[in-house]
Amino acid sequence: MKKVYGSGIREACTYLGQNYLTVDSSIVDDVLQAYRDDEGFDYLVDLTAVHYSKREGTQFDVVYILYSFAKNTRVRLKTQIADGAALPTAVKIWPTANWLEREVFDMFGIRFEGHPDMKRILLPDDWKGHPLRKEYGILQQDTEWVHINLGIESAQ
Amino acid sequence: MKDTMLETNRDFYGEEWGEHGPTVLDASELILNMGPQHPSTHGVLRVILKLDGEKVLGTECVIGYLHRGVEKIGENRTYTQFAPYVDRMDYVAAVSNGLGYCQAVETLINVEAPPRAQYIRVILAELQRIASHQVWLGTHALDIGAMTPLFYTFRDREEILKVFEKYCGARLTTHAFRIGGCQYDTYEGFEKEVKKLCDFMEPKFGEYEELLTTNRIWVERTKGVGILNGDDCKALGVTGPVLRAAGVKWDLRKAQPYAAYSKMDFEIPTGENGDTYDRYMVRIKELHQSLRIVRQAVDTLPDGPIMAKVPKVLKPPVGEIYHSIEAPKGELGYFIVSDGSLQPYRMRIRPPSFVNLQALDKMVRGMLVADVVAVIGTLDIVLGEVDR
Repeated sequence: MKKVYGSGIREACTYLGQNYLTVDSSIVDDVLQAYRDDEGFDYLVDLTAVHYSKREGTQFDVVYILYSFAKNTRVRLKTQIADGAALPTAVKIWPTANWLEREVFDMFGIRFEGHPDMKRILLPDDWKGHPLRKEYGILQQDTEWVHINLGIESAQ
Repeated sequence: MKDTMLETNRDFYGEEWGEHGPTVLDASELILNMGPQHPSTHGVLRVILKLDGEKVLGTECVIGYLHRGVEKIGENRTYTQFAPYVDRMDYVAAVSNGLGYCQAVETLINVEAPPRAQYIRVILAELQRIASHQVWLGTHALDIGAMTPLFYTFRDREEILKVFEKYCGARLTTHAFRIGGCQYDTYEGFEKEVKKLCDFMEPKFGEYEELLTTNRIWVERTKGVGILNGDDCKALGVTGPVLRAAGVKWDLRKAQPYAAYSKMDFEIPTGENGDTYDRYMVRIKELHQSLRIVRQAVDTLPDGPIMAKVPKVLKPPVGEIYHSIEAPKGELGYFIVSDGSLQPYRMRIRPPSFVNLQALDKMVRGMLVADVVAVIGTLDIVLGEVDR
């Protein structure tokens, strides 16, 4: 891996027996494709994000968890992106990514370019805010939406 | 008789009916809204169906009606406080959720539960799998039109819930396990009672089969319906009985054994065609395998402590882990990021129902409206887990 992509691979290590690889966001598409085609990771277990609000520049970690049925191993691929930046979609590699990317967009506001249907999935389409960002409080809600659509002052 | 229908129609529509005849029927595509208040959507799932007559051209799922923000709550509770919340995701298999969560945190803090606790976990988790499959079978058959199995399965599931109640005081949202082991040891006569339960349960599975397996209506409604082959399952991330019914022999209990599963002797039932009937057969066979595991675990239940040494104030080191188990519905995973504080920095739950539900569109395209109901049932989704 390191030979092909050189400096794009930031870090590869193992924590508590679980392998993960941190790559630059510009090559994430190629690396995912290579993982599926060359390494046989045919199952995208999960796609999620983590918000590091205190980190300068690249605030978000996007995490791909891959599994290979043939090798019976799991690997985690991580990439860092800035707030407002977009990642290429993984839907064409694994169709599972469709809803998972929509959930990441819903909860964090990270966009995926080339996604066939990039809209919210769990929250209402016209909801304001992305709840799993760290600045979003646990009791916070879109008061205006709740007022208009539910006709009540608070949903809590 | 031959003209009465026409006469009635003429009365209703006026003379126009006579002129145009049956061509007043609108033959264009139809958008039909199914749910969220629909008995066979197993909760509050809304499916928008695009139909050509009775044929399904496409579907879109609208979910989120039960969204409670479980992941956000997880970031605002300590590791111990969050444990009861996971029971409320897949509420018909609370024990499995709790098992996955406790093991994930144990991996994070590098603690292993003592053998006795591992065995108790296996016993309860397998009983829960039986109970979950029973709920599935009853409701699935009810959706297709067979009402009797519902009463049979719920009657028998009650006996499992009684064991849960006696063990930990709760029937549904059990919170049976703690991080590091189990809170309670088995009660007096537990082994005997569970064995009796197994003997009681085994002939009941035969009863379900007698009602359905060769029932002509059941076979007609399920064979060849909602086919999903192995490659599609992998591409769509579908796991659990749905994947196994497509002929992929993969079960996390065997592939990456956890708790005491490595010491248990059991088989992974698989299907061939990946249709609704095969998924039914796989789950029925799983019921028998679960009983087999429960019997073995009860027979070999070791003595010893039930709790490992876990600090009172849980502060896992900085790091992140992913741990998953084979829940009744498929792979249930927890991805936890710790920043060294009392609360998880990120608590991601990979719900099997959410990912499996995505396959609905692929499975019902080109089928009839009535099959949508069968396919939703066969996917075995729980909306509490889909929406979290």
